[in-house]
Amino acid sequence: MPSSDTPHIVRSYEEDLKRLRDMIARMGGLAERQVADSATALIRRDTELAAEVVARDAQLDLLEREVEAFCVRLLALRQPMAADLRLIVTSMKISSDLERIGDYARNGAKRAIVISSQPQFASLNGFSRLAHLVQENLKGAIDALVNDDLARADEVWNADQPVDDIYNGIFRELLTFMMEDPRNITAATHLLFVAKNLERIGDHATNIAERVHYAISGQILPDERPKSDSSAYAVVRPPE
Amino acid sequence: MSSAETSTSAGASFGGMAARSSAALNSDARISVRNLDFVYAPQLAKSLKSINFDLPERQVTGMIGPSGCGKSTLLRVLNRMYSLYPGQKATGEVMMDGKNLLDDDVDINELRARIGMVFQKPTPFPMTIYENIAFGVRLHEKLSKSAMDERVEWALTRAAIWGEVKDRLQASAMGLSGGQQQRLCIARTIAVKPEVILFDEPTSALDPISTLKIEELIDELKRDFTIAIVTHNMQQAARCADQVAFFYLGELIEIAPAAQLFTNPAQPKTQEYITGRFG
Repeated sequence: MPSSDTPHIVRSYEEDLKRLRDMIARMGGLAERQVADSATALIRRDTELAAEVVARDAQLDLLEREVEAFCVRLLALRQPMAADLRLIVTSMKISSDLERIGDYARNGAKRAIVISSQPQFASLNGFSRLAHLVQENLKGAIDALVNDDLARADEVWNADQPVDDIYNGIFRELLTFMMEDPRNITAATHLLFVAKNLERIGDHATNIAERVHYAISGQILPDERPKSDSSAYAVVRPPE
Repeated sequence: MSSAETSTSAGASFGGMAARSSAALNSDARISVRNLDFVYAPQLAKSLKSINFDLPERQVTGMIGPSGCGKSTLLRVLNRMYSLYPGQKATGEVMMDGKNLLDDDVDINELRARIGMVFQKPTPFPMTIYENIAFGVRLHEKLSKSAMDERVEWALTRAAIWGEVKDRLQASAMGLSGGQQQRLCIARTIAVKPEVILFDEPTSALDPISTLKIEELIDELKRDFTIAIVTHNMQQAARCADQVAFFYLGELIEIAPAAQLFTNPAQPKTQEYITGRFG
């Protein structure tokens, strides 16, 4: 059951809960921007933007600590129950997911700096699509929390498969480039990590959607969710 | 969720909760209340409307709800306290061992020995500590001096107050602190070896440490007794109770295992009440 429309009797508590949602929304917005800028820096070979992403990550870390401290405070002082309790506990976990997403974006930005110093050998269209998709999912998950929108949360939870598909495509493509010419290996290896980072960001977005589903409905989603990442089983045979 | 261990552990803890829930509901009912109605006076509206629930054997049932919702009334029906007042009438069934406790032929004194009650304000008798315990026992049993001594020690020990009073059993009970008096009253209640103990806001007049002592005691007592506790303190219900019932305007709105009721109540009214968004 979503939190009631009736306001809390204690107005300051109501304001605290609103502030918590705002903090998560702000953190989500910042994480989205980091993912977007990290991908743009890679695609445009923009080392300046990449450096900005790296520097900005500290803000996310700070926000995570703020959210955590604020949640602990709410638990101690308000003794929340039911939907309020679920929102607070969920926010704490979501802030960890968002912080992690920030780390992946920062790592991608660092690698973008290295990659831009290497000759370009492949189109980065896949990366741009992958980044766009995970960013959409991340936005959807955070919007679902802010608006108590169960349907939106479920939609995001179900939407990770295309992310996995694009990631698998990139994985195979980069393997072929490495086989073609060993000089591609440095850049291709970094690109593989960037792709993996984006895929992980997508997984964290699904995590967030799952937690939002719990916050709103009180129900835990099943263990199994639609997945199609098969890169873990990929084998390349060396030339005879 | 990508991290399998996170979702597994969440699933496991909820599996545990579900198991506890079915345990709470399947365990043998010590008292079964069916279609219970109650009026304080013939011309007044019903104070309890068609109440149905069980007090499971050796479990704690918490009762919460706003003032005037009927929870204290219900406790008073369970041990027939209302019978003292003409005009008050309960209809329906309160079944214990196949007998409807509301029937006219029920021996009320015997009933109250089987279903004890502890009130909000400690009510020690103006007697010695020893006599406070022995007095009630004498009404129901003839014990030798040594057997009575033993019973008094047993009851005071079970109520976690023996250590504090053993050297002054002949002193007046009125000299004890509020928390000690309340534990003495609990000792007095269990001294007659009841099967069910009803607590009506037993800690609302006590300081936080005395409150915790009583809560610890309730936890200890549920090994042997079936317990119902009315409380205005939701955290207390959450801490003490296995199942919690939410009452509103004389109706039982929802009854569920405590963890479920406080994390994910099924009824919007329950949600509003426990989160503090009432009306």
